[in-house]
Amino acid sequence: MEYLLASAIGVMTAVGIYLLLRQRTFPVILGISMLTYAVNLFLFASGRIAINLPPVLLNQTPTYTDPLPQALVLTAIVISFGMTAVVVLMGLGAFLSARTDHIDLAQGKDSPEEAGK
Amino acid sequence: MSLILIAALPFLGALLPGLMIRAGRNACAWTTALVTLTALVGLLVHAPAVMRGEVIQYRLDWMPMLGLNANFFLDGLGLLFAGLILGIGLLIIIYARFYLSRNDPMGQFYTYLLLFQGAMVGIVLSDNILLLLIFWELTSLSSFLLIGYWKHLPEGRQGARMALAVTGMGGLALIGGMLILGNIVGSYDLTVILENKELVQASPLYLPALILILLGCFTKSAQFPFHFWLPHAMAAPTPVSAYLHSATMVKAGLFLMARLWPVLAGTPEWFYIVATTGLITMVLGAVIALFKDDLKALLAFSTVSHLGLITMLLGFGTPFAAVVAVFHIINHATFKAALFMSAGIVDHETHTRDIKRLGGLRHLMPVTFTIATVAGLSIAGIPLFNGFLSKEMMLDAAANTVWQGNPWIIPALATMGALFSVAYSFRLIVHTFLGPKRDDYPAKPHDPGFGMWASPALLAVLVVLIGIMPALMVGPLVATASSAVIGGELPYYSLKIWHGVNTALFLSITAVVGGLILLALHRPLDAAWIRAPRPEAKAIFDALLGSITRAANALTDGLHNGAMTRYAAVFTLAVIAAGTTAWFGGTAPAPTREVLAIGPVPLVGWFLLVVASGCMVAYHRNRLLALVLMGIVGLIVSVAFAYMSAPDLALTQFSVEVVTIILLLLALNFLPKNTPVESSGGRRLRDSIIAILGGVAVGGLALAVLVSDFSQESISAFHLANSKPGGGGTNVVNVILVDFRGFDTFGEIIVLGIAALVIFAMTESVLGGPVGAWLKQRPINPNEAGDRHPLMMVVATRVMMPIAIMVGVFTFLRGHNEPGGGFIAGLIVAIALVMQYMASGFDWAAARQRYPYHMIIALGIFAAAFTGIGSWFAERPFLTSNFGYFQIPPMGEFELATAMAFDVGVFLCVVGAVMLALESLSRFAHRAGDRPSPYPMDIDPSRDLPQEAKDA
Repeated sequence: MEYLLASAIGVMTAVGIYLLLRQRTFPVILGISMLTYAVNLFLFASGRIAINLPPVLLNQTPTYTDPLPQALVLTAIVISFGMTAVVVLMGLGAFLSARTDHIDLAQGKDSPEEAGK
Repeated sequence: MSLILIAALPFLGALLPGLMIRAGRNACAWTTALVTLTALVGLLVHAPAVMRGEVIQYRLDWMPMLGLNANFFLDGLGLLFAGLILGIGLLIIIYARFYLSRNDPMGQFYTYLLLFQGAMVGIVLSDNILLLLIFWELTSLSSFLLIGYWKHLPEGRQGARMALAVTGMGGLALIGGMLILGNIVGSYDLTVILENKELVQASPLYLPALILILLGCFTKSAQFPFHFWLPHAMAAPTPVSAYLHSATMVKAGLFLMARLWPVLAGTPEWFYIVATTGLITMVLGAVIALFKDDLKALLAFSTVSHLGLITMLLGFGTPFAAVVAVFHIINHATFKAALFMSAGIVDHETHTRDIKRLGGLRHLMPVTFTIATVAGLSIAGIPLFNGFLSKEMMLDAAANTVWQGNPWIIPALATMGALFSVAYSFRLIVHTFLGPKRDDYPAKPHDPGFGMWASPALLAVLVVLIGIMPALMVGPLVATASSAVIGGELPYYSLKIWHGVNTALFLSITAVVGGLILLALHRPLDAAWIRAPRPEAKAIFDALLGSITRAANALTDGLHNGAMTRYAAVFTLAVIAAGTTAWFGGTAPAPTREVLAIGPVPLVGWFLLVVASGCMVAYHRNRLLALVLMGIVGLIVSVAFAYMSAPDLALTQFSVEVVTIILLLLALNFLPKNTPVESSGGRRLRDSIIAILGGVAVGGLALAVLVSDFSQESISAFHLANSKPGGGGTNVVNVILVDFRGFDTFGEIIVLGIAALVIFAMTESVLGGPVGAWLKQRPINPNEAGDRHPLMMVVATRVMMPIAIMVGVFTFLRGHNEPGGGFIAGLIVAIALVMQYMASGFDWAAARQRYPYHMIIALGIFAAAFTGIGSWFAERPFLTSNFGYFQIPPMGEFELATAMAFDVGVFLCVVGAVMLALESLSRFAHRAGDRPSPYPMDIDPSRDLPQEAKDA
């Protein structure tokens, strides 16, 4: 199991990084989302893999899952949605203003066009 | 008056001139003068005690662990300088009232002046060297404002920038030096540092500290080779020149050398660096001054020369020389400020400062002539004026100093400096005031009003009085200040006019005679000087600055060329490199945990995830497909959470997945649907290598974490043990969120709310600009399906709405004890609402939305905040939760926790934020011809039926 989880995290990270290095906004946003999955799973993994353990306190069982990473990851998921939304809107605004979704500025022309807008 | 108040008063008073200028220029000036006068009186109250040898202290512990305390102390040296700063400041304020023209913003001027005054007083009263450094920087900044006061003059701006660059650079060096000094001694308190001479001088860091501190002092006090900024700072209004550049700011460096004299002086390093620099500056300044035609430039170089003289005296390191230095500081402040003000009067009345265009003003401006002559003769060192006394003592000290075994070089050069001093001060008097009256002055000169000449006249009177009765006038002050500098017994000295026939007298006579000869030869010498090639400091400075700026630009442009992809690549590689270094540099944990067996379900999930990820890379150019694939990955991740005993996470991930996909679909409506092929094969290979490196690193790290034990006990056990008894809930994850780590959650919902507001603001600005106009004019695509709000979908979502909201409420209510809670419930309700937007259209839904989403976010944050504040009423810390069990008859026992109220806040904030984000984005879809439809669906069979059928 551990190998499966770790390799899945690794694969998602690699895909995330690859998309992050693309030159258009949309793949970059997808890449960030993939990295978010990977990071959330990684944080979650620090609580160990627990299968078929009760997530809430019951009187019978003495063992539980680790609740702390879960709590941290839960807010991280929600916050990452907020951040994704901000980035999406930035990308959209940039595309509509500049009519291109290229993320690299062409050398030496970072001011005149944008400044005029 | 408390010392901190004396230092703070000018800062506090700096607010007043800006306000009082509304009441007129006189009111403004008098208010400023009153502030300074109050501080001066407050200072003088302490004078008797300080004269008795007491040291007044004021301690205010601020951050004692860092050694950062607002400590002030007042001893003789502090009293002398603070007195000069406030006393001359008062005269300057009065003078400036009449000097500034109606067009100059006077309120601003006095505000800057008071800021500067406060910073200077702070320097001389500080006991803590960190505090002193702050005041030191403040003088640089406020003098920048003052020098550049006439913003319309390019010289003013350039001079201000140059002064700031030079003194600011010195200030940086000084910070380093002071920190080293504080480290050697182990205390940042001056009073402690001053008692540790042996410790400091024995330290191997003595020399670096000394050089850094001296860099600060030399730049501030315009010592060679940093002297060039001072003449350029003369572009300032004359009151500023008189105040900053003769009496106070340039003396800050001298003050610091005098202040640290007991610890730093007395070593060969100190002697050779300080005395030599001072000597060179003195001679150089005097020589250049003789050939300057601009009155203020002449005085500026004269100031440079005199600052050099005092520096040299401090550099000698003998107690006698230190006494002379203190005495000369007083004298220089009086005669130089008087001369500057006189030069300002000449400039003000004749509209020129060019000596070659002046002359013969003696008859036209008799009062100014008298003042300038008294002050000028004092600089020249003529008996009966105070300059004579300190010059004699200086020559005496110089005559007894040996430089590298050479007994005559210092006296010879000092005499040469004095000789040029005589020449330029006589030139100032003779060429400006004597000679025949001219008829080509730019303006008709006459003496100014009393207000303008009162200040310099007072100083001129002092010059004479000190010159005639030195012991009576300043004897006690010199003694107290000198003993503070020396930090021990005073040497033998006497302040009197006649010291008998000695070496100094001969040197002095030589200087006067030589100076007069030089003046007689001025015309041919001047012609030779103009012909001679000499380095132009400003050109060198500008070239130096220009090349530094170019280098900085080249560096930043090279690193930050606007290519985001490159930054991302560099960043990723840097992180991988740092992680790898840490991994191989530290001790990796041994795999101690047993590995769980792989079941068939996880294997299938893993396979799906890897295939989906792989396809995403392969097909990412088809954006819609990539989005679908990302949805698959997200689904598998949520299933994985559910499989690994984290139902809360699974629910959250699942609902976030839904809103994320909706969000990206909305965006994709406007973005291109395909990504073009741009990267070369090599580049894709490079990116793949980086990506695989990163993936292997992160995966390896995850595996290492998973198979090894924690080096320390996890704190999770505490949360498990206390969840029920302490937080009253059995869902530990939710209890952690709303109770144990409620403050974190509070911050997180605020961040979420801010993100939503940012999105809203960006939408507003984009739609408000040309883009919005362009979007509105887009034609409707005729090929698009006409049925944008299909009947089936409208009906289905309408039916589902109450059910979905009920599920949300249910999820919320069970959250404390079963999987669920505010976050998940908020997302579910948001999805239910979004469905209405999708089915029935933006306008229809928005018209039925009674509360703006901003309000809901705010309500949520208030709910959470007031829950937290509520615990204050029970005298508990913020967000302490409480819970109890209540009997409600038909339902039996019931648990209520304050954490529930907090969770309501979370719920509302999540609903508001998600909705605001999606709503903002969907507002982009508005197009020309879109009319708000009164109907929830485009095609409604019941609408098309004839009226009779409906009635039936």
